[in-house]
Parts: sequence; C-alpha cells; structure tokens
Amino acid sequence: MSFFDGLRFRRVTSPIHNLDPRIKFVYACIIFVIAILFWELLPLIVLFIIQIPFVVVAGVKREWARSMKGAVFLASIIFLTNFIYSFINAGYKVTLPSLEYALAMTLRFLVLVESFSIFFLTTSPDHLGLALEQTHVPYEFCFAFTTAVRFVPVLAEEAQTIMDAQKARGLELEKGNFLKRVRNYIPILIPLIVSAIRRSLELAEAMESRAWGAAKKRTNLYVLKLRREDFLFALITIGILAAAIFIRLYFRIPHLEEVLAGFA
Amino acid sequence: MIEVQDVYFTYPSGVEALKGVSLTIQDGEFVAIMGENGAGKTTLVKHFNGLLKPTRGKVLVDGVETTKVSVATLARKVGFVFQNPDHQLFSETVEEEIAFALKNFGFSSDIIEKRVTWALNLLGLAQYRKTSPFMLSGGERKRVALASVLAWDPKILILDEPTIGQDYQQKEKLRQFILQMKAQEKTVVIVTHDVEFVAECNPRVLLMRGGKIVADGEARKVLTSPAVLEQASIVPPQIAQIFIQLSDLGFQKEVIDVYEAREILLKAFGRRKE
Repeated sequence: MSFFDGLRFRRVTSPIHNLDPRIKFVYACIIFVIAILFWELLPLIVLFIIQIPFVVVAGVKREWARSMKGAVFLASIIFLTNFIYSFINAGYKVTLPSLEYALAMTLRFLVLVESFSIFFLTTSPDHLGLALEQTHVPYEFCFAFTTAVRFVPVLAEEAQTIMDAQKARGLELEKGNFLKRVRNYIPILIPLIVSAIRRSLELAEAMESRAWGAAKKRTNLYVLKLRREDFLFALITIGILAAAIFIRLYFRIPHLEEVLAGFA
Repeated sequence: MIEVQDVYFTYPSGVEALKGVSLTIQDGEFVAIMGENGAGKTTLVKHFNGLLKPTRGKVLVDGVETTKVSVATLARKVGFVFQNPDHQLFSETVEEEIAFALKNFGFSSDIIEKRVTWALNLLGLAQYRKTSPFMLSGGERKRVALASVLAWDPKILILDEPTIGQDYQQKEKLRQFILQMKAQEKTVVIVTHDVEFVAECNPRVLLMRGGKIVADGEARKVLTSPAVLEQASIVPPQIAQIFIQLSDLGFQKEVIDVYEAREILLKAFGRRKE
C-alpha cells in the first residue's frame, strides 16, 4: 500500500502546492517527454536530481520517499528484463554498456514516478478536476477522473482493513509456494471488488439524488487563474525542455564507459 | 489474560492514536470499550491479536508478547470480528465462509463439518447454509461474520461494534450469547457506542478519549457519572438519566438496570401509599 501513499494528497500549502495544476501537469508531461528523449544514463541522473529541489520546496519529502520506495519493485523488474534482454543481445556477456542501458531504463521509470508523484502530492483532487473542467474537458469525464483519484486512498485503506480482517481469521499471506501465495489473495480481492462495486452504486444513487447533470452549464465556486508564479514555473519547465532538446541535438552524451575511463 | 503495558501507537500517517494505555483483562472478563469516534478504541483492540504492534510499550496475551508471534498464531486464541462484515465475506456459500478460518488453522474435515453446523445453529443461520453470503441482509451478513469467528471457539473474543444494524431481538440474542461465553470463562471485549446495550449487560467499562483511558470500572459506576461520560462524548443510558434527575429526591444514583429501577420505584411508591 506504500505505493498509493505516495500518490495521496495531503492538504498543506507551499509555493508548489499553490501553483496552477495545469502548469504542474504540463511540467510532469514535459519531464516525461525529456525522459523519453534520452537513453543514456548521465542525463537521466541529472533529470532525477533537478527535480529534488521541487520536492524539498513542496515539503513532501517523506511522502515522496515513500512513493519512490513503492516504485522499487517495478523498477527492479524493469531493470531485470532490460538487463536480460541486452545480456542476450550482447552474446551472453555482461558488458558495461548493457548494464548502463538497463540502469538508464530503470532510472527513466523512476524519473517518471518522481515527476508524477510531485504532481499528485501537491495537487488536490478538487484542483485537478477544476483544471480539467477549465480546459473544456466534458464534465462527465472530469467527474469520473476526480472520483477515481479520490477513491484510490479510500480503496487502499479498505484493502488494509480487509487484510487485517482475513489475517484475524488465520490467513497467512506469505505462506506457501508462488501459486499458493497468489491464491492467498483471493480472500482479499473478492471483498475489495465487491465493496468497490457496492460503493459505486451507492455513489450513483447519491449523485442522482443531488440532481447530478440537471443543469447543462455548470458554474464553479473557484476559478483557476494563472499568476506570476505560474508563468515563472512554466518558464523554468520550458527552459529545461529547451535545454534538453538542445543537448540532444548538438551534444554527444558520453557513455558510462567513457566517463569511467576519464577518471582512470 | 491480556496485559497492556504503557502502550503508545502512532500510525504511519503520523497520527498518534494511543498515548500511554495500560490495562489488564483477566480471563472470563466481559469488557466494553467506549468513547467518541477517533478515541483509539479500535486501535487498542487491534493490539490484542497483534494486527497492530505497539510503537512503545508491550502487549502480552497469556504472557506472550504480541511482537514475538504471528497474527495467525494469536488469532487461534483471540477471535476478532470486524465492524463491517463486507470486509471479510468472500466465499460462495455461508458454509464455506465459516469453514475458511477452520481450514486455515488446520482442523480436520469432520471437525470442520461439526463446528460449521454448530456455529450456523448458534446464530440461527442454518437455513442459509448453501446461500451466498452476498445475498443476505446486512444484519445476517454480520451474523455470518460472527459465526465464522466463533466456529474455532477462541478463548478471547473481540467484537467491534457488534450491535450496529441489529434489531432488538438480535441484540438480545447477542447479549445472551455473550453471557453464555462469560459462563464458559471466555473473555469478551466489545467496542461499542451502544450505551443501552452496555447498560443491559453491565460489563466492565473502559472509557477512552484522545488515545487514553479516562475511566475504568463497573458499568453501573461509569455510566452513571455524567462528568466522566461527558468527557468521552457519551450520553448516560435512559435509566441512568432518570435516576440522576431523581437523585435530589433521595434516590440512589447508580442505577442502569430496568428491573432494578422498577423495584426501587415500586418500593418508593409503596412507601407513599402507606
């Protein structure tokens, strides 16, 4: 559940929290694009490090660390598959380039998790919905999206309670071989799914009884407006993108091998 | 016997739910834990079967520290029925649902068969044996959850909000059942907001507030002291309210039982007539 914790929003204020969600989303997407631009290790390391100041300014270090820890499992799978792939490609030899490639792919994933967890950790679901709505996404979609985001922590909590309830009935999740362990999760998954369906039906009823969709045109209590800080942050983001494209086009990025040779 | 020694517990989210709780629950005791929402009641009872481990302090069940053994091992001794039955029901039939824990504990199939039948009859669920638990009503699902725990006959039974969604008749059955457990020297701990139910059962009452125990004593003592109850956001039971109002007429204050109240009032009226 720790992975979900990283995506859970906590209501605090910081310069990053106060930024316009649209700009933050653009930021996360741009970091994503840059991460795709590079397949060398060095720029990805840089990309990973330059985001850390944002985490610090937003004051979400602990949550961020937790989501990074949560990503470790997937990251190691990515590392292994890429490593095995390049290991076979290199003629069943462990070479430095293949190691670097696998590491770079893993880091690319981590950069992704990092940028999106900054986005989710500093943006309230309400703001997110507002941002979608004010970019003229149909309200049905906005609502579905915000509801989904909002229910992630609820579901995570529920999963924890269900696990407790089944453990209290003598279920041992970590017992047995691989297949048995997967089967052990059935008593967790069924109540979770059933209650999610029940909850959605209840939500639909509650929405209808509050006249959902009665008015074609909705008005909002809060209206998002770009401020000076938003433009500044957008500028920084675009700057990073421009620098990345420039480096991609006009520089040859040294490989790990060459860097190590440089030290030797 | 459950011993809680100066336990502190902080959730990973940073919320400190228990702030120095100490208590001992003897074998065969019947304890009701009460208090406002978020007082730490459920957090405390989750320590009794090791679902939560204290951040500081110790919890011992029959002299064994809960940090030393797995939840499954403790569960054999400490049965825990969760508040919401939907958090545990998953089987295709009620029968299988009840057998689940028995299988986990490695009972043989003929014993499982016997225990399931026993639990079904005990809670009046025999006609639903082959029914899917999801088809049952809320109250029935709650009973299935209870049956699924009772089936392995734990020495200590913890019930989180057992009276929610139960009609009077079912509550009365539950009360009878708890008394029966008590007669068998079993320990029963309930977490509840239902003052009237507690008043009828007259157990030992623990009042909690802000992660601490603010009162511990007989129900007739605790539930008749408005000052203490107010701290824990609890309204005294109706009988107690009457007798608190009547106390300036010379009536005793510590009354929560309807029959006792009747006796006292009749005696008082009788005296008037003479």
